[in-house]
This record gives sequence, structure tokens and C-alpha cells, in this order.
Amino acid sequence: MKSCLLCGVGGQGTVLASRILAQAAMNQGLFARTAETIGMSQRGGCVVSHVRIGEYVSSPMIPEGQADMMIGFEPGEVVRNLSYLKEDGIVITCKQVVQAVTASLSGSDYNAEDMIAYLQRKVKHCIVIDGAEICNICGSGKVLNVALVGAAAQSGAMGISVEDVKAVLAAKLKPQFLAMNEQALALGAQCVTQ
Amino acid sequence: MKELLMGNEAIAVGAMMAGVQVVTGYPGTPSTEVLETIAKRNDGSIYVEWSVNEKAGMEVAAGAAYAGARSLVTMKQVGLNVASDPLMSLNMIGVKGGMVVYVADDPGPISSQTEQDTRHYAKFAKIPIFDATSPEEAYQMIQDAFDYSEKYHTPVFFRATTRVCHACASIEVGEFPKITKAEGFVKDSRWVIFPRLSYLNKKKVEAREITLAEEFSDYPGNELIGSGKIGIACGGIAYAYVMDAIESNKEMFTVAKFVTPFPFPTIFADRFLQQVDRVIVFEELDPVIEDALIYHQGVTHTTHEIIGKRTGTVLNAGELSANYIAGVLNEIFGAELVVGNQTFEDAPKVPTRPPVLCAGCPHRASFYAVKQAMKGKEAVFCGDIGCYTLGNAAPLDMVDTCLCMGAGITIAQGLEHSKSAGTKFSFVGDSTFFASGMTGVVNAVYNKADMILVVLDNSTTAMTGHQPHPGIGKTMMGEVSAAVSIEKVLVAIGAEVKIVNPLDLEAAIATVKEMDEKSGVRAIIFRSPCVAIVKPDQARHIDTNTCIGCMKCIRELGCPALSKKDGKAVIDPALCTGCGLCSKVCPTGCIVKD
Repeated sequence: MKSCLLCGVGGQGTVLASRILAQAAMNQGLFARTAETIGMSQRGGCVVSHVRIGEYVSSPMIPEGQADMMIGFEPGEVVRNLSYLKEDGIVITCKQVVQAVTASLSGSDYNAEDMIAYLQRKVKHCIVIDGAEICNICGSGKVLNVALVGAAAQSGAMGISVEDVKAVLAAKLKPQFLAMNEQALALGAQCVTQ
Repeated sequence: MKELLMGNEAIAVGAMMAGVQVVTGYPGTPSTEVLETIAKRNDGSIYVEWSVNEKAGMEVAAGAAYAGARSLVTMKQVGLNVASDPLMSLNMIGVKGGMVVYVADDPGPISSQTEQDTRHYAKFAKIPIFDATSPEEAYQMIQDAFDYSEKYHTPVFFRATTRVCHACASIEVGEFPKITKAEGFVKDSRWVIFPRLSYLNKKKVEAREITLAEEFSDYPGNELIGSGKIGIACGGIAYAYVMDAIESNKEMFTVAKFVTPFPFPTIFADRFLQQVDRVIVFEELDPVIEDALIYHQGVTHTTHEIIGKRTGTVLNAGELSANYIAGVLNEIFGAELVVGNQTFEDAPKVPTRPPVLCAGCPHRASFYAVKQAMKGKEAVFCGDIGCYTLGNAAPLDMVDTCLCMGAGITIAQGLEHSKSAGTKFSFVGDSTFFASGMTGVVNAVYNKADMILVVLDNSTTAMTGHQPHPGIGKTMMGEVSAAVSIEKVLVAIGAEVKIVNPLDLEAAIATVKEMDEKSGVRAIIFRSPCVAIVKPDQARHIDTNTCIGCMKCIRELGCPALSKKDGKAVIDPALCTGCGLCSKVCPTGCIVKD
């Protein structure tokens, strides 16, 4: 059984990312569960999605210390949720921070560098992705989720391949968005091979 | 084929498998997706409506069940309070067609004003309740709920909590049955509640409780797992957490999963108690299973130690988790279960990230206009339930009270009649206005209140995901209907009404000032659509040559698209909707269109 925690900020597309991972696992005949933050937190609050795939599991929520992988849409949110990670777990995170409105108001803004440096010190396998750059290349800020899923698949930590994800995208997305997302998927995957 | 279904989708599809014919409800997290899923998968043979509120939904569903149709009404836990009036009589009248009352509870609470446990309502109303532990169980169990409802001529509760409602699982879905026409309403004195009828029916209801306690004892969902001497009684999502928690040392425990907390399955409980020496209870919200076990022991003169919320051992507020349960079992029983133990005390500080009004949200402009107009004057701002509750956050700080749906309007009247100082403002959204705001306005006019009602009309029910409401002119059957006009309703009640676009900041401020000079019940409708349902305008950007870094835009508006960089304000073009509010606040005019 494999568990993956996705975390970020409401509006970044974590829900779709977790559904893609779950569907890719189901296409292999595996059992899948997810749990997502839906509701008020979607308005710019903290959001987490839990994905658990493989043999039958009871709970949709990953216990702390049990995530094989964390996918961070925002490095500060990875730091906030790091207690979910297994000791030898892998972290894939976007490097750009999203400042909270409260932080902008109170002057308690934080640096991407501090967060990333901490993660790289604490986590054995930490892959940092320039999400802004990939979104720029693909021409849309909405492909961050697929880029991160691409890196997650390429890492092999969830037992899902990039090709598996590609098949899900083809089935799930409207044709006009497919090429853009396939590009983001490939660019995300490249971050792991390099 | 297996589908990845969310708990709420599984419940919806399960209800369709059971041949539901009439579906009603009022949106509310975490219940909303049930009705939406049925509307989406409906081939036209099922009648689906968003009702004006939960009371209306309950009554429409009851009428359908009187006529022999299978009906479903959906709501969140606090919505059940609104629907409790019909519920507490319908329980004594009963139904003909199967009727299921789906209520989603919200431990935490995560998206609700309170943690309220619907299982109490089941006991209070003396009607059976099913409580699912997973989406796949919910899919099957809602079908059973319809069968029980029809068999015992009673409405039946179906409850789930957030982590079941919003969890997804792989589920095999069958073919939907063909809907057969309901028999139709047959006139009979059984449908008219009178004291004598209630008295006679209460006797039947009490007798049914005993029958169902026996029948539920053999219900497959009520399950004993394992044969250890330490008993764990649990229900809902806590069952899943328990199974995860004890994974590394299962032999110690016998787990009793209670999916029908009322009527409490007493024979099943006896089987459980006979098998164990000590008992601990894990359930979210209130100690319902725990109290039932304690009560049952009183009746049967048995004396197991029962550990739980009543002994102060288990959390009595907020969510449980597998880690928490493992920790408690380790501490009390020395279970040596594996718990996550990585600590990160040296982690850099991450600021809290509360939800905020979206970038470009017209509510921000409305609140800001009222705040500016009332600057230096005394005023109280009574808020309500919806996206606009988020107006409480800094820097707007425009919600002084918030209680329940519609209460902002009537709380303001209480403040006024107690001679509390300042102009009383009540903020209410368009959907909430219809749901439970209108009667409050009638009360204000009739009883000569002095207040300003502010209707934040964004043409949708935004917080729960953009459902239509009576003011929109669209139904869940995809039909066009007559849109109910908020201004005409207000004028008919007797309030003076002004309508203004809040993004026209000058006009908005002037309107508030004008209304503040007047007395009696007057209303301002701030009308501008939710940014999530319209195409955004061109994003604004900041000319760094003329930006003086005063940060007034950030300090006054708190828009998530605005942040600080190198001593100047910057706009995130991906978030900005081009509402232009910040450009009207900027003292140097440096915020411009590209």
C-alpha cells in the first residue's frame, strides 16, 4: 500500500491532482481512496489531499508518519505538514511560495529559500520543481498540478508511471487542454530524471 | 466498471439504485454533492429541486412520500434545525413511500458554525438512523435505508460525516432501475395530525423501537471484528481510524462497529460485551454509542468498565485520527501500536493561512464601501452565514456578530431595541435572504425597527459551490422559472430600497451615507456577480515607477492578489480579476490596466 499527501493553498488544483493519481491506480486494477479538503478552505486557505492506493485500506486519511510521498504545491505547506512523511519518504515540492494575506498584512512573510533549505536538510529525497517556469513555458498557471504529478510518477514512489498518468489525462481532460497538460506532465517528469 | 466516487456521490448513486423519485435539499458543506450528483446523472425521470430552505425541502419530500414515491431530502447538520419543525411531527405521522433524510455532520467543525450530532435527533424524533463508515458502505446502506423506511412507514435518517462525505473510493456501480410511477396520494385520516392520532402513533413508534433494536442486531453493517479481550466500540469514520491504528497489534482487540446507533442494537451489544473484559469507545462528536452502552448496562445490570468521553479519556471536541487513537490505546492498554513520531521542532515558522474572500470578490468592495461611509461614526455590523462571513478578517473587520442563517437581520433589531449605540447594519447574501432572511425583514418593518439591511447579491449560492436559488430563475431540472426579485420583495414588505454596484466605489459610499441619514427599515442591494461565475476583466498591474510603497492597497483591502515585493506592492496576474477596487484606493494612481 502506498500513501501520498498533497498539500497546498486553496485554488491550486490539489483535488484534481489527487483524483488523477487515484484514477491511474484504479486503471491498474488497484484499490484507491482519497480524501480532500472541500469547503471554506478552498478560499485561499490550507488544503490537503490524501491518496492511498494498493491493497484495501480502512481509512482515507493517512496517519501521521505514514506518507510514502508528499507533493507540495507550496513549500511552506510542506513544512507545515511534514509530520505526515515516513522517515524515508520522498518530497516533491514546487519552489514558489504563496504568501498568506495575513502574512502580507502583519509583515510575517517568509522566504522560499528558508523553506526549501529546511526541507533539503530534513528529507533524504527532496525534489524541488520550478513550477512557475513550467507554467510559463506551458502558457498557463493552471498546469502546476499536472507538472507535480508528472514528477511524482517519474519518481516511481507511488507505483504509477508517467504513461499511466497520460492515459488518465486523455480520458479526463477536454481535448483543447490536453496538449498543454501533456507538456506540463513531461516537464515535471524531467525534473526527476535530471 | 469501478468508479472513483466521493462519499456524497456514492450516496447519490445508491439512492438512484433504490429508485428515488423526488429529491430536495438546501446546499450546505459537507452535504451538497448528493443532490448535485443526482441532478447530473438524472435522465429526467427523477424530480430534483434546491428548495428555498431545509424546512421546505423536508415538507416537499414528505408530500412525495405520502403519495407513495421514494423521496430524499439533503442538508447539513445545522440545516436540520431549520427542518426540525416538520420532522418532529412527521415522525408521528409516518410515510408511505420510503423517505430518507440525509444529514451531513461536520466534526471539527471544518465548514460549519458548530459541531452538532444528528444521532441525537434520531433519538429525539424516535426514528432510525444509519451512520456509514466509508463511501462504499454508504452506497449499499442508503439503499437499505429506503427499504427500512418503507417497511416501517417512517422517515429514516442517513448520516455521514465530512471524512466520509468528501472521501473517494473505488466503487462498482450497477444499472439504475426504471422508475415506476408512484401510486399517488390516497385520502386518509392518517395524514392529518391530531392529538388522538399522535397518541396512538406514539405507542406504535415506541413498540417499533424495540423491534428495530432486535432487527438491527443482525444488520450486517453492525459487525464484530477480532476476538481480543479489549473491546473497542466505534462508529462512523472513527471505525476506519481504529482499524488503521490497531493494524500492528490486532490480536489484542475486538472491534464493534455500530452503524445503527438508534435504535441501539442491544443484542449485538450483548454479543460484543460478552466477548470482552474492558471497553473503550471511539466516536466523533458526542458520546452517543458510549451513552447507549452505559444505559444498556444499567438496564441489564452488567458492569463492564467503559472508557471514553465520559471518563475524560477521549477528546470531546474536534476530529479524531488514527495517530490519536493509537496513542490512547498505548497509554491505557500498553498496546505498543506504531504511531507517527517524527517531530520537527526546529522547522521555520509558517504563518497561519485562514480562508479569505477571493481576489476580486464584490463582497470586499461592499464591506469597504460601508466601512468608508461610516468612518468616524458609530455602527454595528451584524453578519450572516455565507462567503461574506469572511468579511470578519482583517483588514476589513466588518462582522461584529454571526449566529446562524438569517440571524444578522434579527440580531440587529435586538441591539436596536436595547438602545445599543450606533447604526445597525445587517449583511445577508442573496440565497440566505430567501432561505431565512425575509421573515426577519417583515419582523423589522412590523415592529418599527431602525436598521440598514445590506443584501450582498452575487447572483448565486457561492460558498457551497454556486447553486441556483429562487432569485436566479433556473431550476435543478434545467428549466427556466420566474426569478423572484429581491427588490420587489423588499418594497412589498415596506422597506426603502436602493440598488448599487459595489465596484462603483464612489456611488456605493454615497448610497450608504444617504441611507444612514434616513430612519426606519431601509435596504441597500449591492449587486455584482460572484467572480467565479463570470469571465474576469483584464488584470491590473502596478507601475513601480509611481508606486510609493505606502501599501495602502494591501492594508485596506487584504486582497490575495496583492503582496509586497522589494518595498512595493505587486499584483499576481493569475489571481487578479481586474475588479479595479485597489486602483480606486491607491493614492498615486499607480494601479493601471495593461
